[in-house]
Amino acid sequence: MTKITYIEFNGAEHVIDVKPGLSVMEGAVKNNIPGIDADCGGACACATCHVYVQEPWLDKTGEKSAMEESMLDFAENVQDNSRLSCQIKVSGELEGLVVKMPESQH
Amino acid sequence: MSDAGVIIIGAGHGGGTAAALLRQYGWQGPIRLIGEEPLAPYQRPPLSKAWLKGEADEEALILKPESFYAEAGIELMTGARVAAIEPAAKTVRLESSEAFAYDHLIIATGAKPRRLNIPGADLEGALTLRSAADAETLKAHLGPGKRIAVVGGGYIGLEVAASARYLGSEATVIEKEPRILARVACRTLSDFFTHYHQERGVVFEVSADVTAFEGAVGKVAGVRLGDGQLIPCDVVLVGVGAPPDDQLAVRAGLPCDGGIVVDLEARTADPAIFAIGDVTRRPMPHYGCMFRLESVANALEQARHAAGAITGRPAPAPEVTWNWSDQYDLKYQFAGLPVDIDEVLVRGDPAQAKFAVFHLKGGVIQAVEAVNAPAEFMGGRLLIGQRKPVDLARLADVSVSMKEVAA
Repeated sequence: MTKITYIEFNGAEHVIDVKPGLSVMEGAVKNNIPGIDADCGGACACATCHVYVQEPWLDKTGEKSAMEESMLDFAENVQDNSRLSCQIKVSGELEGLVVKMPESQH
Repeated sequence: MSDAGVIIIGAGHGGGTAAALLRQYGWQGPIRLIGEEPLAPYQRPPLSKAWLKGEADEEALILKPESFYAEAGIELMTGARVAAIEPAAKTVRLESSEAFAYDHLIIATGAKPRRLNIPGADLEGALTLRSAADAETLKAHLGPGKRIAVVGGGYIGLEVAASARYLGSEATVIEKEPRILARVACRTLSDFFTHYHQERGVVFEVSADVTAFEGAVGKVAGVRLGDGQLIPCDVVLVGVGAPPDDQLAVRAGLPCDGGIVVDLEARTADPAIFAIGDVTRRPMPHYGCMFRLESVANALEQARHAAGAITGRPAPAPEVTWNWSDQYDLKYQFAGLPVDIDEVLVRGDPAQAKFAVFHLKGGVIQAVEAVNAPAEFMGGRLLIGQRKPVDLARLADVSVSMKEVAA
């Protein structure tokens, strides 16, 4: 299991053990963490699982695909460390990962 | 207020999400989630796409592990059928004759696939696709050397045809209209998907009536068309729409009009009863009309409406309706409703399998259909919500980015 900390926009922290192979989005949804909606269930079709990846993990989450980049371009409050959490696969390398949620996914 | 709490009828994507959101939004009373299927709430979209192709397993389908419901104090009743809603008594009665009281009721019963009323409709191998069990049966009939006949060239039919080709089956799609996707997409999209599927080996029969399913020893072996032609096959998938499963509401006296009529809080005519998802007919604030949407995005938006109203949250801003379909390597995303259109504009090149069709009214984008064009989809969705006219020349010019068009 990989420990991931999800921090809501209001500062509430959730430390969750997520099974490697799942996405960071699935880790949140399956544990009912508020702030990640994931309307399309991980098809990279909706941009409602937007998170900010905290250092030092940004590089370890890999490159964004052109699809993800285009989707993120139109999400609200995008920053350099914005990712769609459905596109980040959980592995041992991400042990301790911290992601923050934006104010809204819609 | 008694301590009866919330009952949700229908443990699909919408019902399951509403239960979870009630807890996220701070609802502390009882929640009872009643579903007919044996499974905890799961996602249906992958059943015709990734799951059918073998790229997603059951764990990926299930929204939340079964243990979540007990931990969150949600009474999940699977394999349970509701017999009646009694609004005056605020009671839900099960077929098992158990009865439960509610303070708030959410109806999330979804839709039931339409079946054809023709000879042979009950033959083994004449299938529809809605549930995980349906998908399991369908998958067992797909693979190299097997032939599927798909009745209905809508999203379900085309996704199944694409997945069937991926698995090595031969696939024929039979459509009664002159073009596929006639009810839900424009001609440019119909032509594009027709060619894309044909290049990958799918055969189309359009303007074709289905008169019978023919079988041998009780099992389907062919589809008979109105012109007498027989399409031989080992399995038939009927994808000709899914009417709302609104009978409980009708019998309870709730106003229905091709779906349970709700307002922007997902509330029915009875203030204690909400309805969400495919079973509803809802207001469309960007268009000034009522509409029955069939999409996960709509079910989740209405789950937020109902859970928010029950917990006293301010109503969220209206969302622009959208949906998607995956076929082969195509990502097809569409948003809005193409109503009162006076202009249709294509951006990009269908021959490159990367383009979008914008539907406009007085220069305002009403709807967008985008193939492998996520920026056009996202930018289009944003502009639909803003309701302000766009510069058509810039919108048509791919050298101007969608970000600039939307700025």
